[in-house]
Amino acid sequence: MTAGARRLAGDRLLQTLSILVLALSLVALMTLLYDVWSDGWQRLDWRFLTSNPSRRAAAAGIYPALVGSFYVLLVTAALSLPLGIGAAVYLEEYGGGGRWARLIEINIANLAGVPSIIYGLLGLSVFVRVFGWGPSVLAGGATLALLALPVVILSTREALRTVPMSAREGSYALGATQWQTIWHQVLPSAFPGILTGLILAMSRAIGETAPLITIGALAYIDFTPTSVMSPFTVLPIQVYNWVSRPQAAFAENAAAGIIVLLVLLLTLNSVAVVLRDRIQKARA
Amino acid sequence: MIRPLRPLTTFTSPPGAAAPPTGVKIAVTGLDFFYSQKQALSAITTDLQANIVTAFIGPSGCGKSTFLRTLNRMNDIIPGARVEGQILIDGHDIYHPGTDVVDLRRRVGMVFQKSNPFPKSIFENVAYGLRVNGITRNRGELEGRVEDSLKAAAIWDEVKDRLSESALMLSGGQQQRLCIARALAIQPEILLMDEPASALDPIATQRIEELIYQLKTTYTIVIVTHNMQQAARVSDRTAFFWLGRLVESGPTEQIFTSPTEKLTEDYVTGRFG
Repeated sequence: MTAGARRLAGDRLLQTLSILVLALSLVALMTLLYDVWSDGWQRLDWRFLTSNPSRRAAAAGIYPALVGSFYVLLVTAALSLPLGIGAAVYLEEYGGGGRWARLIEINIANLAGVPSIIYGLLGLSVFVRVFGWGPSVLAGGATLALLALPVVILSTREALRTVPMSAREGSYALGATQWQTIWHQVLPSAFPGILTGLILAMSRAIGETAPLITIGALAYIDFTPTSVMSPFTVLPIQVYNWVSRPQAAFAENAAAGIIVLLVLLLTLNSVAVVLRDRIQKARA
Repeated sequence: MIRPLRPLTTFTSPPGAAAPPTGVKIAVTGLDFFYSQKQALSAITTDLQANIVTAFIGPSGCGKSTFLRTLNRMNDIIPGARVEGQILIDGHDIYHPGTDVVDLRRRVGMVFQKSNPFPKSIFENVAYGLRVNGITRNRGELEGRVEDSLKAAAIWDEVKDRLSESALMLSGGQQQRLCIARALAIQPEILLMDEPASALDPIATQRIEELIYQLKTTYTIVIVTHNMQQAARVSDRTAFFWLGRLVESGPTEQIFTSPTEKLTEDYVTGRFG
């Protein structure tokens, strides 16, 4: 074989290998999806979505968990968005470069990797006990907000960094203050990136079970939360609860619950993509 | 014409500051500039005259843009940048701790090398400076000022029917004239232009140069240019920079025909640079 032919062969080998690796991960994902779908699809109907959980598997539904997930996520977004953007703006635009800022940066990057149950313990001792919020929607949302914050801060900083210097200079040169420049130029330009980060953080939060069990979210509930101080449950906890029962019928419920959760996640992500594209187009 | 709205504010200045000589708008004395450790300007001393066009020429990296950006303290936003020496505008020290930088930049407008319209409508681009400075909230007055500024920048006829369209839809030359209109809207006294035509084709360049010629009756204009023909065409006075120093400055004709320094002569005759 000539040297050229050998190089070509090597090229083709690597190409084949990478396709194989891709196929392997896709097959694993597809198997999982198929398994869940084949177990759960017969249980999926309007009644399943709108019924309370029950001791009889056939009558059980996920309504309170669905509503609970929605409320908790709202609280999480409402808390982590302003706090995360505020922290990122400070670190990126004001605090830049100092020793303190760098120390804070490293800590935030580390926080993004802390196991979620640790946040649950923090939420339990601070929000549930010290603040006296009890195992409520507010305490759950606040706990998940802590979990989401590092992701929101990091992605917001990335988004702020992509705003070109020329946009800032143009604003300063017209006599705008630093805050006016950030508010009118930097944040709007960075918004699509910030939104993407927020949705990513929310996608992570919506699937979390451990921290919410830790703060005492209920596993069985036959009412929907009426205020932020109500007790609640969320989809993953409901799924966990069904999975841990011996009867096969409950396993079907669990699979159906997972499908609902996946659809919710996909919807959330698609909304983010559509919103981002719209905003980008509107500004182009 | 742009109608005056409010009396131009003055800077805070140390008591007893000497009145500037007639005709001198900007007086620079012993100016040094550093990017962290690297010195970019050394001992610049010069006077810039009111209501004429002064051109800064010199090879890349000679400090002419840096010097331009010290005049509206645009370098303040660069971390580690440091200024020593004195710059007086109308006799007031712009690096005095009491100086209001925001107000300084309102009085000393700037147009950049690469046109940088905001990703907003044409109207909002021009209105931005008026809004952030709180100059007017009245819709009719705002529209009047935007129209006047676009006319002053010789772009009104091209955009008057599509003011609500995105500024990014304009051609390069139009974008640059929009940026000039944007700078004019807040009625600066001085207009700094950092190679405003370097990214434009010859026809667009010519339009910018004509515009500069019209604007100099109202504004003190300082323009940085790579293009020596352009300096010769548009400016009344020229300053030649080399390695962070001001080598020579004087009437443009003299700089180009009979400079006193050998270095200036070598540069303007194209022997280096």
